[in-house]
Amino acid sequence: MDDTILEMRRITKTFPGVTALEDVTLAVRRGEIHAICGENGAGKSTLMKVLSGVYPSGSYDGEILFDGKPMQFRGIRDSEANGIVIIHQELALVPYLSIAENIFLGNERRGRSGLIDWNLANAEAGKLLASVGLHENPVTPVIQLGVGKQQLVEIAKALSKKVRLLILDEPTAALNDIDSAHLLDLLRALKEQGITCIMISHKLNEITAIADSTTVIRDGRAVETLDMRADDVSQQRIIRGMVGRDLDSFYPDRESSPGDEVLRIEDWTARHPVQDRMVVEGVSLSVRAGEVVGIAGLMGAGRTELAMSVFGRSYGRDIQGRLFVHGREVQARTVAEAIDNGIAYVTEDRKRYGLNLIDDVRRNVSAAALDRLSRLGWVNGNEEIKVAESSRKEMNIRTPSVMAVVGKLSGGNQQKVVLSKWLFTDPDVLILDEPTRGIDVGAKYEIYTIINRLVAAGKAVIVISSELPELLGMCDRIYTLAAGRITGEMPVAEATQESLMELMTKDKELVG
Amino acid sequence: MTSIKTPSTERPTPPDSTPAAALHSGTSDLRALVLNNLRQSGIYVALVVIVALFAVLTDGVLLSPGNITNIVLQYSYILVLAIGMVILIIGGHIDLSVGSVVALTGAVSAVLVIQQGHPWWVGIVAALVVGVAVGAWHGFWVAYAGIPAFIVTLAGMLLFRGLTLRVLDNISLSPFPSEYQQVAAGFLNGLLGGNGFDAFTLLIGAIAVAGYAVSGFRTRVARIRYQQPVESFPLFVARVVLVGAVLMYFAWQLAHARGLPIVLIILAFLVLVYGLLTRRTVFGRQVYAIGGNLSAAALSGVKVRTVNFWMFVNMGFLAAVAGVIYSSRSNGAQPAAGNMFELDAIAAAFIGGAAVTGGVGTVVGAMVGGLIMAVMSNGMQLMGIDQSTQSVVKGLVLLVAVAFDVYNKRRAGTAR
Repeated sequence: MDDTILEMRRITKTFPGVTALEDVTLAVRRGEIHAICGENGAGKSTLMKVLSGVYPSGSYDGEILFDGKPMQFRGIRDSEANGIVIIHQELALVPYLSIAENIFLGNERRGRSGLIDWNLANAEAGKLLASVGLHENPVTPVIQLGVGKQQLVEIAKALSKKVRLLILDEPTAALNDIDSAHLLDLLRALKEQGITCIMISHKLNEITAIADSTTVIRDGRAVETLDMRADDVSQQRIIRGMVGRDLDSFYPDRESSPGDEVLRIEDWTARHPVQDRMVVEGVSLSVRAGEVVGIAGLMGAGRTELAMSVFGRSYGRDIQGRLFVHGREVQARTVAEAIDNGIAYVTEDRKRYGLNLIDDVRRNVSAAALDRLSRLGWVNGNEEIKVAESSRKEMNIRTPSVMAVVGKLSGGNQQKVVLSKWLFTDPDVLILDEPTRGIDVGAKYEIYTIINRLVAAGKAVIVISSELPELLGMCDRIYTLAAGRITGEMPVAEATQESLMELMTKDKELVG
Repeated sequence: MTSIKTPSTERPTPPDSTPAAALHSGTSDLRALVLNNLRQSGIYVALVVIVALFAVLTDGVLLSPGNITNIVLQYSYILVLAIGMVILIIGGHIDLSVGSVVALTGAVSAVLVIQQGHPWWVGIVAALVVGVAVGAWHGFWVAYAGIPAFIVTLAGMLLFRGLTLRVLDNISLSPFPSEYQQVAAGFLNGLLGGNGFDAFTLLIGAIAVAGYAVSGFRTRVARIRYQQPVESFPLFVARVVLVGAVLMYFAWQLAHARGLPIVLIILAFLVLVYGLLTRRTVFGRQVYAIGGNLSAAALSGVKVRTVNFWMFVNMGFLAAVAGVIYSSRSNGAQPAAGNMFELDAIAAAFIGGAAVTGGVGTVVGAMVGGLIMAVMSNGMQLMGIDQSTQSVVKGLVLLVAVAFDVYNKRRAGTAR
């Protein structure tokens, strides 16, 4: 038995209505690199938040043993005091402060007078930067660094806190190949210095390259822990653990008879709005009338970015490529133009991008097509009510009245309001981004039924989803997306969770 | 999520036993209505309480015919500004420059009419053109250059105050010809004669009440036809009678003073037009949508920049209207005219229920908020309370009003 530095025993964490983690046990050996993988929403990040005290002791069941001693972290300061440092996927650096200021933020190097000793801080920061292989002046503002270098600053910051267990959440998701390779080298070097590392990653090639153990999490449970040194664990082996879910008759049946092509994009390319990297690269796909096409991809694969860049260029810059609706090339440079061309996009984040939460059902339903209810700029309020009422009936929106405020409805009913809004624009093609995220099972079934009704009426539907069974249950055809590129396309009859996951994790091979 | 075979357990119930139906049932009707509309009705209650309080404290002078007329004349330009301001606040913006724009438009008008001897209407047209141009200037910087309205209009406040001084050459101009003075000081009276009172004013009051009752009834009928919840019929009648009584009392008092102020006609017209604009037009809807959730509005095809631009043009226009009224009332143009008007207009909007975060507010609410401020100022002046105490009281009222708003939102759980 190896020396165990961390043991999380029987961790259960529930949120209202959802069990995010159930009875999860995790053991990490001293000085190893321990990978955690699983599908989007499996509970990986929640587990790490429990470990680092973001969810304080008492808000979950189970116990945490660090160095054999039980720990009760009340917050992130407690866990950091014990040498557990988490680096989130979204980097938490203050852009306008210098490297040194960021490294010692909240942990300032004071001189005898009680004031900050900047000479000392900059000198120490310099040493830390050297140890992570970053050759930058410590007084450089962080905003001037690329994402890869910012990641290194985060690690230097962790080292300044005398880190013993470093947790990295998707550390290479936003990095290019060279930066990724450099980061993995650094993790190996830190391991040599005796720093234990937990790494959440979707990139299976990285995991097989660097990890000593891999724990697979699925639906809030730790499914298995694979010893990467003892067994020769392949990527396929990990995939099997990640996707071993039941497929059942949960999805309503549908006759599939696709007609003419409705939407086609060719060689679609988009650049990140601020960073210098491509988020969508050379994507071509098409969807036909009466067809449901799925897009499968892991977090950061560029699914939402693809959809939003097509929908009136709402995301990214330097967007290039050709867009065809009913075989005719169209320009959709603004959302209004996209809507006019019969495209609708139902966002994955309905609260932030889909609804005016403080307004009522009626006005949310009409928001994207007010011109259909108005003449010379005057809205016909009575017709508007009629439209909202018919949506309420057709979509089965459970609300006391169409005058009720949308923010007070349940997630499923809010989603139906968003769907109603887009159906009222009378689109030919609907792009549904995570249409069932965060809604209960009954409402999911209703959404599936609505989708089926739409395709039966000859609409073309594109579904973006993190849930592979959902895609397999709903779609006629599925594309897989990884790192902004289409890595595969197959009819649903040929697709399995394993084959999809393999294509979704297919990445360019690492250098070094 | 594991396998679920019987989603039918979650099947919906037909929506008949909903609160909509409950609303018809009567008993809890008034309570439900008050609770549901606490936010809106709260300010009406506050206005009534404040009017009653100062009526008592001033031994009834507050509600005397002469004083009611006075309140209208004295605060009309703030109310005009509050209309434009509440629209900006609903859209998530602010305008700190309106005081300076009132001064500038008044100054331009005064120079043309008083100094250069052009007819009175040339001054009014020029003032409106200048106001619209100022609004377009602000709109350009906010909507197309992406500078926050706070900064743009703070700059505008300094800029247009400076231009006012330049236009007036640092001196006051006075007096306007009598036609121009009519805008703020004129009355429509004697048109129908009357014995010690003005029958025309009463007629207009009666028409307003009838209009209120008819439009309310038509809305009610339409709502019932579309199966929407409505208040019970007795409650509806009570509401119409109450509002009608207040309006008629108001008309009665005006009729016993000097008749119907022209400025009140202008104000009533603007409230009517902008009330409809905000509630019934595509533009109005888009303002609420932008203020409520900018990203969602943009992703729904709202042309955010265009809407933002026109909001500011509109504010410039209304600031010019206020500028004409103010210059007419003060019978001239002064370099320091309109100082701090922006703060009164902003306070009116917020007291009237507009939300700091945008997306919420009404024109009528802003009018009530403005009246609360007006009655407080006027009442305290009548009581001879000194300026410093007045300022303290007004500041506290603003704070309490917004605190109430924030508290309400948090309780509703829809904040953020």
